[in-house]
Amino acid sequence: MSLIRVSSPHLHKGNSVAKVMRLVMLAMLPGIVAMTLFFGWGTLIQIVWAALLALGFEAAILKLRQRPVLCSLKDGSALVSALLLAVAIPPFAPWWLTLVGIFVAIVLSKHLYGGLGQNPFNPAMVAYALLLISFPVEMTRWTSPFVLSEGEGWQVAPFLDTVKAIFTASDTRWYDSFTGATPLDALRHRGGLTTEEVWRQSAVLSQGIGAWHAVSAAWLMGGIFLLYRKVITWHAPAAMLLALGLCASMFFGFDPDNYADPFFHLSTGATMLAAFFIITDPVSSATGNRGRVVFGAGIGVLIFIIRTWGNYPDGVAFAVLLLNLAAPFIDIYTQPRSYGHRSARRGGGNP
Amino acid sequence: MGKVFAFHGGVHPPENKKQSSRTPIARAPLPPLLYLPLQQHIGLAANPVVEVGERVLKGQLIAEPVGRISASLHAPTSGVVRAIGPHPVPHASGLESDCITLETDGEDEWIEHRGLADYTRLKPAALIEHIRRCGIAGMGGAGFPTDVKLHLGEDHIVNTLIINAAECEPYITADDMLMRERAAEILSGIRIISHLLRPSHIMIGIEDNKPQAIHALQQVLTGCELNIDIRVVPTKYPSGGERQLIQLLTGLEVPSGHIPADIGIVCQNVGTAAAIHRAVHLGEPLISRIVTVTGDAVAQPQNFDALIGTPFADLLAAARLHQERLSRLLMGGPMMGVAVAHEQIPVIKTTNCILAASEQEMPLPPAEQPCIRCAMCEQVCPATLLPQQLYWFAKGREFDKARHHNLFDCIECGACAYVCPSHIPLVQYYRFAKSEIRTEEAEQRKADHARRRFEARQARLERERAEKEARRKARAEEAALAQQARRSSDGEEPKSGAAPAATAAPDLKQLKTAAAVARTKLKKARDGLKNAQEKKLDGIDALQATVTELEQKSQAAQRALEAAEQAEAASAGEKGVDLKQLKIDAAMARATVTKLERALANTEDEQGRRELEAELVAARNQSDTLQQRLREHSSA
Repeated sequence: MSLIRVSSPHLHKGNSVAKVMRLVMLAMLPGIVAMTLFFGWGTLIQIVWAALLALGFEAAILKLRQRPVLCSLKDGSALVSALLLAVAIPPFAPWWLTLVGIFVAIVLSKHLYGGLGQNPFNPAMVAYALLLISFPVEMTRWTSPFVLSEGEGWQVAPFLDTVKAIFTASDTRWYDSFTGATPLDALRHRGGLTTEEVWRQSAVLSQGIGAWHAVSAAWLMGGIFLLYRKVITWHAPAAMLLALGLCASMFFGFDPDNYADPFFHLSTGATMLAAFFIITDPVSSATGNRGRVVFGAGIGVLIFIIRTWGNYPDGVAFAVLLLNLAAPFIDIYTQPRSYGHRSARRGGGNP
Repeated sequence: MGKVFAFHGGVHPPENKKQSSRTPIARAPLPPLLYLPLQQHIGLAANPVVEVGERVLKGQLIAEPVGRISASLHAPTSGVVRAIGPHPVPHASGLESDCITLETDGEDEWIEHRGLADYTRLKPAALIEHIRRCGIAGMGGAGFPTDVKLHLGEDHIVNTLIINAAECEPYITADDMLMRERAAEILSGIRIISHLLRPSHIMIGIEDNKPQAIHALQQVLTGCELNIDIRVVPTKYPSGGERQLIQLLTGLEVPSGHIPADIGIVCQNVGTAAAIHRAVHLGEPLISRIVTVTGDAVAQPQNFDALIGTPFADLLAAARLHQERLSRLLMGGPMMGVAVAHEQIPVIKTTNCILAASEQEMPLPPAEQPCIRCAMCEQVCPATLLPQQLYWFAKGREFDKARHHNLFDCIECGACAYVCPSHIPLVQYYRFAKSEIRTEEAEQRKADHARRRFEARQARLERERAEKEARRKARAEEAALAQQARRSSDGEEPKSGAAPAATAAPDLKQLKTAAAVARTKLKKARDGLKNAQEKKLDGIDALQATVTELEQKSQAAQRALEAAEQAEAASAGEKGVDLKQLKIDAAMARATVTKLERALANTEDEQGRRELEAELVAARNQSDTLQQRLREHSSA
């Protein structure tokens, strides 16, 4: 008889990377459902397409890197990246846009840096930023939300037509009829109008805003679930939402004609998705609790700055990437005060 | 019940304590052989004082402590010493260590022993010495010699005594059962500790998952004269860690690198308190302890009162081990316990639990996956460290950074590894880093020592060389002086006078020239002045001034020349005069004096006489001076 001799601890909670990733995917469910309800089948089709691509690319690159393929595929990290990118791009984006995006996310920004746990940048955000810069037209052509109209029920684009629109891309006129600006777009390109005038004039804003609020609420629900299951900590999301809210309140308080109100900032665009699903990506964010507060707050401020004065309607991707760069630095300077120490240590301990 | 504070992090592993706490503590069967490791405690190993083949009685000293931090060892029962040598011991390394093998004779015959009649009358030092002689070492897990801790009252002010009854590790119920059944013994032990340390406040920290133990303690505490608080803390691993329990009960943190006594706190385990009671009141050394035998591989998990040295196999058999189920055998709990290699390993003073786990209960850990930096480890770390940063530093061998991130404050509780979703054996990485750093430091110390020795040697050699050199120089100088003395006794002083003459010569020349030039200039100026006066030209005043100035200069030059000439003459006289010349001069002077005296005697003229007298005085003076110099010279 030979006894097993390993070092302590001999118990394990039974947690695993795959479980963490499954929980994240589960938490994304409400958001995905809401998006499908308001923006049609496009979202779901993109998710399936992106997931297939991600698994394919992941398997191929793992094989190329001579790593155990099945074991790593099962951890679900590629799927989470795919899901995040799929819900971030417009539902009617052409198939090749997703393909390029997933390639960038999985191959370039993850595996070329050393695979799971080694990527300095959030893969989905690298892909999103690259697509936004390279294909601005496709990336900003969002669908107007489908809303309940009297007598007709939900007006959702038919499934097959949507598939055709995404994969053949021959006829863009078909969905041109229901694409439109997002609320952030509308506000960004409002000309000389005050915010109030934009609200009154734009049908997108006055009618479709409810859909965006609902989607944001769905992401928030998922986020609360993740907090409850202790998959993420409150530090980064709370700091980000608070920073964004504070910035928005400040400017709105001084000049309500030219700046959107804080509720608008918090409930449209990718704010909630970012707060609970993107900036909480453990690999590329700051790791300590204090560090995550700084990290989240930095992203919140940058989102506000980019949205208000930048060239792009939503700044989540750029804000996240910039703070990803700063994360190691933040970690070094936000060490906690350890037990029995008078004060927290600073710096990396290099002479 | 007082206030309870909180500590950072912690985990809630399944408790699994019910299995072993259903039945009362059983007396373990007497095994045929006992293996008694010489080192069961922190510090130096004890030194055997018995011979192979010697019969020993129960409670007889068989190994004595070596040095201050060490503990003595006693025979747990009567029998014959069969061997003193290496035997497997419960240690993570799996290495063997020296043990005394005792073959029991079944008589269980006690050596004569007696408790102390009234310990309060003894001097504290004598009481502590008695406890030391009884071989008591901390029974909570570390095995720190208890007498050393009891001495703390001497150089520390101990405000608070904390009795650790938390028993936070899953599965273990040894302290729980001890409290349920022997609460009075524990209280008696606390009384002795309190007598020695004189704390103002005593707290018993116990987790809320032991209601029966709490009840038992409360019962014995009613009417107790001591100021004892039972503080019930929430069940959370590792609340029983010394530093964590201190934080829970007092809200204070033991400063990094210090011991609790530095902030006026001493911790003792309940088992230790009971052992102190037995030692002081019954005179029984530490020869047995309560051991929880549990796990899925035993059919009757329970607690045994087992003799120190009992092989695990005997206790496992008593608990009805299913051999085929056993896959992992631990000494201690599942969080910090040590996996042992086989069943002949003996119970030692710190063995609180033998955990015989089945494959299902503790499956082999899955392959380590990449760290995703989720920082779940940070959320549970009771020392508020950054476990995953430490992991990266340990893995990358960046030990400086690991130290900077307070690696040495890690208590290796295993909470981080317990929650890690990537199944990384984090604690193992920290142990590795710590041992690497310690090795490095030891090597550094050795190197430093060698360097210091080398430098000291260099300095010594240098000093000796310098001393030699100084001695050599001193000798050379002496020789030179002696030579000089010889030379000057020969009347040759080559140096004296030569130098002044050499320097005086050019001066004299220059002064002569300067005086001549001054005279010429003065003459020219006077001629100019006379001319101007005659022709009544302008600037007569200026010319007059120039003349006056030149007169002064000329006079000064003349004076300087005369002084120099005198000096020259004097030095020349000093230098050039040899004895012969001097003698001639002196003779001539004397002759002049005689001549003048004769002339004076012959002169009638008043005027002439006076003149002659004056000349005579001068001549006599001259003669006297010369005579004097002649004497000086001839004596030198």
